[in-house]
Parts: sequence; structure tokens; C-alpha cells
Amino acid sequence: MGYDRQADFGTPEVRSDTTVTLSIDGRSVTVPAGTSVMRAAATCGGSIPSLCATDSVKAFGSCRMCLVEIEGARGLPASCTTPVAEGMVVHTQTERLARVRKGVMELYISDHPLDCLTCSANNDCELQDTAAEVGLRDVRYGYGGDNHLGAPTDGSNPYFDFDPSKCIVCSRCVRACDEVQGTLALTIDGRGFASVVSAGQAGDDFLSSECVSCGACVAACPTATLQEKAVKEIGKPERAVITTCAYCGVGCTFRAEMRGEQLVRMVPWKDGKANRGHSCVKGRFAWGYANHQDRITRPMIRESIDQPWREVSWEEALGHTAARLNAIKARHGARALGGITSSRCTNEEVWLVQKLVRSGFGSNNVDTCARVCHSPTGYGLSKTYGTSAGTQDFDSVMDADVVLVIGANPTDGHPVFASRLKRRLRQGAKLIVIDPRRIDLVRSPHIEAAHHLALQPGTNVAVLTAFAHVIVTEGLADEAFIRERCDWDEYQDWARFVADERHSPERLESVTRVPAHDLREAARLYATGGPGWASAQRNKPNAAIYYGLGVTEHSQGSSTVMAIANLAMATGNIGRRGVGVNPLRGQNNVQGSCDMGSFPHELPGYRHISNAGVRANFEADWGAALDPEPGLRINNMLDAAIDGSFRAIYIQGEDILQSDPNTHHVAAGLKAMELVIVHDLFLNETANYAHVFLPGSTFLEKTGTFTNAERRVQMVRKVMEPANGYEDWQVTQELAKAMGLGWDYTDSGQIMDEIARLTPTFAGLSHARLDAEGSLQWPVNAAHPDGSPIMHVDGFVRGKGKFIVTDYVPTDEKTGPRFPLLLTTGRILSQYNVGAQTRRTANTVWHAEDLLEIHPLDAENRGINEGDWVRLASRTGETTLRATVTDRVAPGVVYTTFHHPATQANVVTTEFSDWATNCPEYKVTAVQVLPSNGPSDWQESYASWSEKSRRIAVEPAE
Amino acid sequence: MELGRLTYMANQIARNLAPQGEAAVELTCQHLRDFWDPRMKAAIIGGDRAGLDPIARAAVERLASPVG
Repeated sequence: MGYDRQADFGTPEVRSDTTVTLSIDGRSVTVPAGTSVMRAAATCGGSIPSLCATDSVKAFGSCRMCLVEIEGARGLPASCTTPVAEGMVVHTQTERLARVRKGVMELYISDHPLDCLTCSANNDCELQDTAAEVGLRDVRYGYGGDNHLGAPTDGSNPYFDFDPSKCIVCSRCVRACDEVQGTLALTIDGRGFASVVSAGQAGDDFLSSECVSCGACVAACPTATLQEKAVKEIGKPERAVITTCAYCGVGCTFRAEMRGEQLVRMVPWKDGKANRGHSCVKGRFAWGYANHQDRITRPMIRESIDQPWREVSWEEALGHTAARLNAIKARHGARALGGITSSRCTNEEVWLVQKLVRSGFGSNNVDTCARVCHSPTGYGLSKTYGTSAGTQDFDSVMDADVVLVIGANPTDGHPVFASRLKRRLRQGAKLIVIDPRRIDLVRSPHIEAAHHLALQPGTNVAVLTAFAHVIVTEGLADEAFIRERCDWDEYQDWARFVADERHSPERLESVTRVPAHDLREAARLYATGGPGWASAQRNKPNAAIYYGLGVTEHSQGSSTVMAIANLAMATGNIGRRGVGVNPLRGQNNVQGSCDMGSFPHELPGYRHISNAGVRANFEADWGAALDPEPGLRINNMLDAAIDGSFRAIYIQGEDILQSDPNTHHVAAGLKAMELVIVHDLFLNETANYAHVFLPGSTFLEKTGTFTNAERRVQMVRKVMEPANGYEDWQVTQELAKAMGLGWDYTDSGQIMDEIARLTPTFAGLSHARLDAEGSLQWPVNAAHPDGSPIMHVDGFVRGKGKFIVTDYVPTDEKTGPRFPLLLTTGRILSQYNVGAQTRRTANTVWHAEDLLEIHPLDAENRGINEGDWVRLASRTGETTLRATVTDRVAPGVVYTTFHHPATQANVVTTEFSDWATNCPEYKVTAVQVLPSNGPSDWQESYASWSEKSRRIAVEPAE
Repeated sequence: MELGRLTYMANQIARNLAPQGEAAVELTCQHLRDFWDPRMKAAIIGGDRAGLDPIARAAVERLASPVG
């Protein structure tokens, strides 16, 4: 069949309870009221020529190609801007229309190069298609007049070119930037013949402008004007495979457009329910790491970490590793062995790693990187609501009237969701931001937060308790909801606690540094929709909470999650569209890795390991006895290693040395182990301490599923053969077989069948079902056969919602004379996590190094200027990086990202952690910042050690 | 396992469960039972309990008693 663009219906889908029936070229068609004639024609197999219309943006009516004749109507209305009407009779192809369209087309083509054969959009160009549709054969005006054919190309963006000589000024790109992305970086400059698409201010190019390189304009462009450089280099794709992005927890689905086994481009899939046809710079463009020269594709081993690596066959690597594992188990017992599953790998792969640890190693020492990000979400939401998951789908935000964003920076961390959120905010929803830093969302084009509570880092619980105090004492709680859905006695205990005067915003102001008046107003807004709430819309406003790692990565992370859950219950904001508690998950499969039993205390589906009945199911299916005692968490494994009771670890797709707190401690733990097995794409920082390296496969090289932040399970599909020869689940299986386990999966779908067999919330899932449905949100089972977009609709999963009293306990990480500033950490749009992937792409043009944000006052006191090297020191360690002076952070607070190993921000973070889950307190470290001349001793010695430990011995072939 | 670290962890758990009032000791004990690996439990039970706060100490005592 070859390559086809995804169908374009010309104007966006309209939802309506009423339908309208009309006739188009003699065909009867019924569509929702409000649909355009153009879309109606497309839904019944027609194609009205058009240039300025595309279904990702609102109709514009500028190109004059889509004119139609409507019986009884005057003139030739544009079908994109004309809504359907009952009984309407439309003709889309008449002689009169053909004449007019051809005339318009002639004008377009008179100022367009005729280089179709050598154009990179040849055969994938809407202008070309439209010229063919209208039968253009000649341009009467000739080509000699004034034109734009000599306009130079702007190639500043690393991933796409802007060639204005091919532009038809349809303004689809400008509208996509406004409506789809919400950045408003583009505009049409000039008038009439002088009209040109312009990025940013005069003098800006695409790179220097506000453009965030999301690719929405490129997807919307009907010509070669905005086009991927890769298409220019490689040519038109020959096939497209739907797959799921491997970056953040939004879980965008893409068409991987291929030539043979070569990826040409990733185009967001319009039918994807998480992204609805949108994308960000990472998923759309930053996939070049998949074939980066640093990628290791052959297994390697070494006896000790000061030796160079030795490349070996798979057989030797697996045999050697299995023998070492078995020997350590025989000598030190099963509990000396453990593993770490990856939130970047598929559900099927995570399942096998935890199965290998539990049934092969024989311990429950399995953990995942969710430990260091969203483990408090798991604890907090399961205690209060009964299950460890966000309550809504992403679409739900379009029904929210008030949005509370706390400890999250969606425009950088979850950009595609942020675009949807911004669209809702531009429609009038109110925004409250609780964050120590002025994130972009606080004020961006056509968006301004009603309240930005710039709290002191570490005081989340105090702020939320004060919120609750206002709601309870001012009589704003939804008692009808609480009586019906929650335990009333527990509510009363909680209400009495929060109503105490010591929890008032005024009393807590000295701790939180949030002005009491602002906090009161914000709490009222969340509970009531604010003064003058338009009751005509609905009885009660919908208020939704979105939160991220600024909530969880604290010593009271779990308490904060519970405080959030309490607030949503107290105001009745649970169980319908537009409301809820929504954790924004960091990595693509954080939700899935948690669901798949990656925690040392629980089996898949969040069932405690001490539950004999559940354990018996697994024992029967796996044919192995399971340890009934909980295992070690990552940080406990490191402690136990130093202690000598933990000896071997299998780490799949994680870089704990870079991502976990207190790098020195992580290094000491890894160094103390006899056997460290790293299974990854690259020799990451952790691999510097490894004895076995098993090469991994990218998301383009495997089949399986990811589960995004809205519990949506989606297929990942193999589009090319793994460079290392195996998909990651196959590597785990081969290791299991080498250890003597009789596994024989021939397809990852069989693993999903096992997941469904043993996990009640996944009972209705299979790859075949996902192929048919596109995606499903768990629980998918007999009670919810088509999945669950919204949870807790008729009752909480645990029965009655549980209010849990949370009291503010200050962190033990204190500022003092030696360390007077508080460091908090975060992410930036163009980089992802530890940067292993994005640093190996052209995304580095946007963020080549981690910078320290410092307030002008603090900078001046220390004699620090923009761009200066500074020494960042905590009680744990020190590093150096360059400073940027900005009032985005409050005085007393500094901020940085952790995307680059050279910075090693985690050298300074401490081992303080969440009381319930040991999720590290990344967001609060007491530091001092002083001018510096360059890299610290640690950075220099680490760089040389790192280089040394990455050596690969050159050996003869035999 | 280093006792100082375990003691710190147990105290932190107890401090955060303290607002649950009378249930705090049992909840703290249950937390250790549910989330701590056997060697961690053994170390805190067998170690010097002087550094433990009252709720944490009572919880560890309960954890140590047979049949919990």
C-alpha cells in the first residue's frame, strides 16, 4: 500500500448532542451540529480542495480554494467556515467551482517555484495535490513578475528548515503555534504581497525566537516551507507504524515514518488519545540517540572495575553472569541479590525483571526509579483512595474551571499536556500555581495565574494544611459529598485538626513565606471557583489538581500527596470529568513499572507480598516459592552493600549513579558489590562501576506496552531490528534461562497474557485488544470492560474515601550560616532526565549545560555575575557550574537541572528522604554558592576515572 | 545495616504518624512490618534502642514481640 498521510478532515471535530443531515454531491451524510461543510464532505468520502484548512486548527477561510455551491445560498461560500444545516444541499464539484478554483490556483503558482521533481516535499505536498485536483495546466500570468522565489532559507533550527520561497502564507503554522502549542512564537509580518511568516521579533530566526520546536507548524505546513531536515536528507517515507514515545509520562503516540529500517520522521498521531496529534521537541525530533556512535551493541565483561571492558559473545556474557549470580546466591543467600527495573522499558520487560528477581534470584529486592520520583504517590493515593494512580484522563482538563498546579512545571516536564492545559486556561479556566520558582505557566502569552504562591521549599504540607484550614473554617467543604463518599468520622477528625488556629495561613506565614491573604484567596478560588462563579455553566465548579516531583521529592512527599487527596475529597472534586488528583509522571512508563510489581513490598497490581493468597497464585503460575518478606529499596540495597549483606545487582535501563542522591554514597555502594550488571544502551555513569554490560535495545527496536500518567496502556511497536540482536525482554529471558529457569516466551504478547492472567486490574488486556482499540486505561476487567478514563466514579476503590491527618514536620535539612541558601532542582524542556538520550541529539543547542539560577540579590551579595563559574556546596559535597542571575527564583532559593553528568548536581543532594517511601528529598538542599574558577576536584577526578573505566580492550577476533 | 540510619528512619516514620494519636504506635509498627526488609527489622530489634523516640521505641518493641 505504501505511504499515506494521515487523513485530514479540514476542520476540527465538533461534539454535539444534536445531529444534522444534509446532502453533499447527492450523498446523504449525518454529522454533529456545528460541523463544517468541509468536514462533513470529508466524512462521506469526498475531498474539497483546500490549502489553509487542516483539522488541527480552527477554520480560517483565507485560501478561497474550498468554495462550494449551496442550493438557495448566494455566492460561493467557503466550506471550511460554513456550518452544516438540516436539509442543506451542497455541490462541491461543478464547472463554475472548477473555474474559480483554477483561477485562484494560478495566482498561487505564479509565485511558487516549479521545482516539484527535486523538491523534498515531492509527492507529499498539499499544494501539488491541490494543483492536480483543480487540473491546473498553465499559469496565464507567467512567472516573470515580482515574487518571493529568492527568499533565503532559515536553517537555524537543528531539525527543520523554514524556506519562505515555498510559502503560500496560508498561516497554518502561525495558527498551529497559537492553537495547538500555545506558544504564539510565529506571526505573519507585513501586509498583502509583503506578508511573510516570521518567528519572534524582527531579527530573530527560528532558533533565537520563542519557538519551542514542538513541530506543530511543521506538521501543519502544506508545502515544503516548514519541513524536517531528515526528509530532505533521506527522502519520502515508504511506510508508517504507530508507536508510543519513550520520553515523558504523557505517552504521545506517533507515526514512525520509515524507509526500510531507517526512521525518517516521527509525526504525532492524530488519533492518539494522550496527545491528540501534538508533540514536543523530544518525542518528535530527539530520536537520533538511537543510532548514536556511543551506543554499545556487544556484551562486555570484566573482572574488576579498574580493568578495561572485554567484548564477548552473548553466550559467554550470559553464561558468565548466570554462574556468578548462582555462586553468590549459594554463598550469601538469595537476599544478597536484587534488581532494578526501568521506567523506560516496557511493561513486559519490567514484568520479566521482577519475575527474575522474585522467582529466580529468590528475593524481593526489586525496586525501580519510581522510588526516586513518584513512590509517595503510590503510598499516598493508595492509603486515601485505595489505588496508586491518577484519577483522570488528560482530556478531563478541558472541563476544569480551576486548575491547581503544585510542584510541577508542565511546560517543561510534560509539554504536550501543558499545551492542552494552556488551551483550557485561554478559554477562561482559573490557575493557581504553588511553586518556589516562577515557572513559565505563571505568566505566558494570554495566560496569567490568578495566584502564584511562591512558598519556601519544603513547606508543602504547611501550605496545604492552611488551604484546608480556610476551606473548613470558612464553611467551603462539600459536606454532602463527604457524607456520601467518605468516612464521616475520619473527616471530622481531620476537619478539627486543620481548623486549629495554629494551621491558619496567618500563623503559618512565617514558615511558608506565602502571604496569608494570597493563600486565603487561592483556597477560596479552589473551593468555590471564585466570586461571580458562573452558575449557568454547572452547579459547582470543577477544580483539578496537577502535581509533580515538587510534591513527592521531599521528606514529607507522602504526606503532601495525602494532603492533596484530602483537599480534593473535602471539596467534592473527585469522580467526574474536570476534577481529580493528577500526578504528572516523569518517565514514559513510571506508572507501568509501578503497576508491574517493581516495589520490594508488593506483587504486581499493588498487592502486598505478605498476602499468602496472592503469593500462591504467582507461585503456582511461576512454579517457584516466593519470599513472604519485603525486600530492600534502592537506597537500602546500597546501605546493605556497604554492610556486606547485599552482593549482586541487575540494573535494567537506569543510571542510579547520576539520578540518585548523594553520588558518593551510591558510588560506595556499587563499589562494595561483587557483581554489578548494567543493561543499557550506553556505558552510562553507573556502568563505570559495573562488571557486566548487557547492551539494550531502543523503543524503536522492540514490541510491548507503555502505561502513561493517565493509566493508558499503549503499544510500542518494533520498526527496526535491535542493533544488539535482542529486544530487552529477550535479554532478561536469556539470563533467566542461563540461570536454569525454564522460560520460553516467543513473543512479548505472551508476557502480556501472563500479566493479564495474574493481575486483576489488567485482566482484559492483550496486545490483540490494544491493536484493535488503540489504547485502554486500566482497570480493564469484567467490571470495566472498556477501561476506566475516570476513576472513583461511583465510589472509591477502597470503599469510603479516607481522610488522613497530615501535620507539617520540617525537614532536617536546615539552612545555617555555612549553607544559607536552599537548592531546588528541576527539568528543562529540551533535555530529559539524566540526559542519556537527549544529550546525544541536537537538543543540546537549547541546553548545553546545567545552569544555576540565583536571585539578583543573592548574586550581588556574592559578587556573582551572569555566566560566572560558581561553586555549589552542601554538607554532602560540592560541584561547579555556571550561574544565571534571574528573579524567577526568590531570594534565598537557587535552582538547577540535573541533565548533565559533568555537573553532577546529585553530588550535593542529601540522603534525607520521604518518611514513608524513602523517595529522596531532591527538592531541598541547604547550600552555599561562591564564585569559582572552574571544575571542582571531584569533577576532574571523576572525569578522568570515568574515561578510564569506559575503556574497551581491543582484542583479536578469535 | 547501620543502626544510626535505621534509627533515624524509624523516628521519622513515628514523627509523621504521631498525629494519628493512639494508633500511632501500631501504625509505626505496621509500617516497619510492611516495608522493611528482614535484615533491617532484625538490626533495629537487636540494636540499642536508646536513640529511638517514644513512639518508635514502642513500635519496635511491638515488632519484636512474637505474634506482633
